[in-house]
Amino acid sequence: MKLPVYLDNNATTPVDPRVLDAMLPYLKENFGNAASTSHSFGHTASQAVEHARQAIANLLHTETKEEIVFTSGATESDNLAIKGVAEKLASKGKHIITCTTEHKAVLDPCKYLESKGYEVTWLAPDKYGRVSVQQVAEAIRPDTILITLMLANNEIGTLHPIKEIGAVAHERGVIFHTDATQAVGKLPIDVRDMHVDLLSMSGHKLYAPKGIGALYVRRRNPVVQLVIQMHGGGHERNMRSGTLNVPGIVALGKACEIAAAEMTDEHAKMRKLRDRLEKGLMSRLKYVKLNGHPTERLANTSNLSFAYAEAESIFMRARDIAVSSGSACTSATLKHSYVLDAIGVSPAMANCSLRISLGRFNDEADVDYAVEKLARSVQTSRDLNPDYETHLRLGILDENNPDTWMPSEEQCKALCGDKFCCRRNIH
Amino acid sequence: MEYSQKVMDLFENPRNVGTMDENDPDVGTGTQGSPACGDVMKVQIKVESGKIVDAKFKTFGCCAAIASSSLATEWLKGKTLDEAATLKNSVLAEELQLPAVKVHCSVLAEEAVKAAIEDYNTKHK
Repeated sequence: MKLPVYLDNNATTPVDPRVLDAMLPYLKENFGNAASTSHSFGHTASQAVEHARQAIANLLHTETKEEIVFTSGATESDNLAIKGVAEKLASKGKHIITCTTEHKAVLDPCKYLESKGYEVTWLAPDKYGRVSVQQVAEAIRPDTILITLMLANNEIGTLHPIKEIGAVAHERGVIFHTDATQAVGKLPIDVRDMHVDLLSMSGHKLYAPKGIGALYVRRRNPVVQLVIQMHGGGHERNMRSGTLNVPGIVALGKACEIAAAEMTDEHAKMRKLRDRLEKGLMSRLKYVKLNGHPTERLANTSNLSFAYAEAESIFMRARDIAVSSGSACTSATLKHSYVLDAIGVSPAMANCSLRISLGRFNDEADVDYAVEKLARSVQTSRDLNPDYETHLRLGILDENNPDTWMPSEEQCKALCGDKFCCRRNIH
Repeated sequence: MEYSQKVMDLFENPRNVGTMDENDPDVGTGTQGSPACGDVMKVQIKVESGKIVDAKFKTFGCCAAIASSSLATEWLKGKTLDEAATLKNSVLAEELQLPAVKVHCSVLAEEAVKAAIEDYNTKHK
């Protein structure tokens, strides 16, 4: 077991050694520009790119490899898809449907389009973070031109019913984009079976390096057309200009080949490890709440709120465990997670949340270490919390009812009315 | 978050953690913040002949919050009530070398201290 233990794979993943090996030659002797058609340096590069393109197409089950466009990452893919469709279809309509729990790479382009006169319906998910097919169907209008919904949520792991939503989108003639960044390589994806028209993915979430991604753009039933966002030479059949990041593309292709071969076994392993982690923590601690859907979520993701223990204090004290958090204290803007907000988690519980996301290179030793250190740290944080002591003493905590954990000011006053419980001046 | 040695020391080995009896006439209690904001600090002082002879704290919050409130209780011990009322958060923030984004933790600590003094004074009107 290597310290620190890395349990933040949804933020980024280490580069798989096999991926690094595949890409190195393209940083060394095979340095050619894939567009240099006049010599062997270019041919070598171009062949490697097409090989990688095919590997990605295979993983996503696209109809042709030409439907894969290389970008600098999922953020760029999202921008290309959302702005590309919106600008292309502006004369048909200006209504877009998305969800409040999307990644900023989807939310921000949508907000930008709103500022340009588009109308966006921000669907509210249920308490697990899922939108229903019915919600989507009811939101569609004659002027709807795009639905964009992520396959899997990065913070809580929850999965939307993408195939069913895609079916409705197709029925109603609306283009359907999915940001599948967290799902590619973790779950089987078949863009045709799922009625997906556009799909974003990123290399650094599936053991390839940062700075490379792709966008699937459907070419039949329907032909998806986009207003291009990057001008300058017409690369990628004019869809995205810019000299191809050959080493990155080779890496992405290799990562997809590995994923295709190992995904099933890896999924089972992740599930076992994740369950081991959650069982370990919940057997040692009370007042722990899972955020996200218990079953319809990524197998590697565990977003937990540890009532009465602030998140930063938990992991800083635990040391040597790399996780992330929905706490206001750990965000640059001092705001707690908007995803947790959107699913109805109280700000207090959001401030106690950790996101633990396992990956290919984690094992049982990592999980057991994390359980031990985190459990002890949570307990210490609770012992330091003035409210924990008070609420226990007053007997208001019911371990089977999360609503009694960290009650709000009003709830507190109603519960105890005792001035020594929550007497404080809010700043 | 990159913290100074001082913050990490006070965070990992907090001084003066504990609870005094709020009903004790010699004790002043001040609680500030809210769990929704991510910071709750409770500071208590024991006063004898106008001097703070002991101080305790309990905090829900990040490393900076715990360090700030612990340092505040250290600072309080031995001060008269009048001296204690002059506490400025900048004293705590400077000693802890708090990053800008965490300075508000020292502000909350100052408020909790002042609330504790006010509570004591109210009891002794």
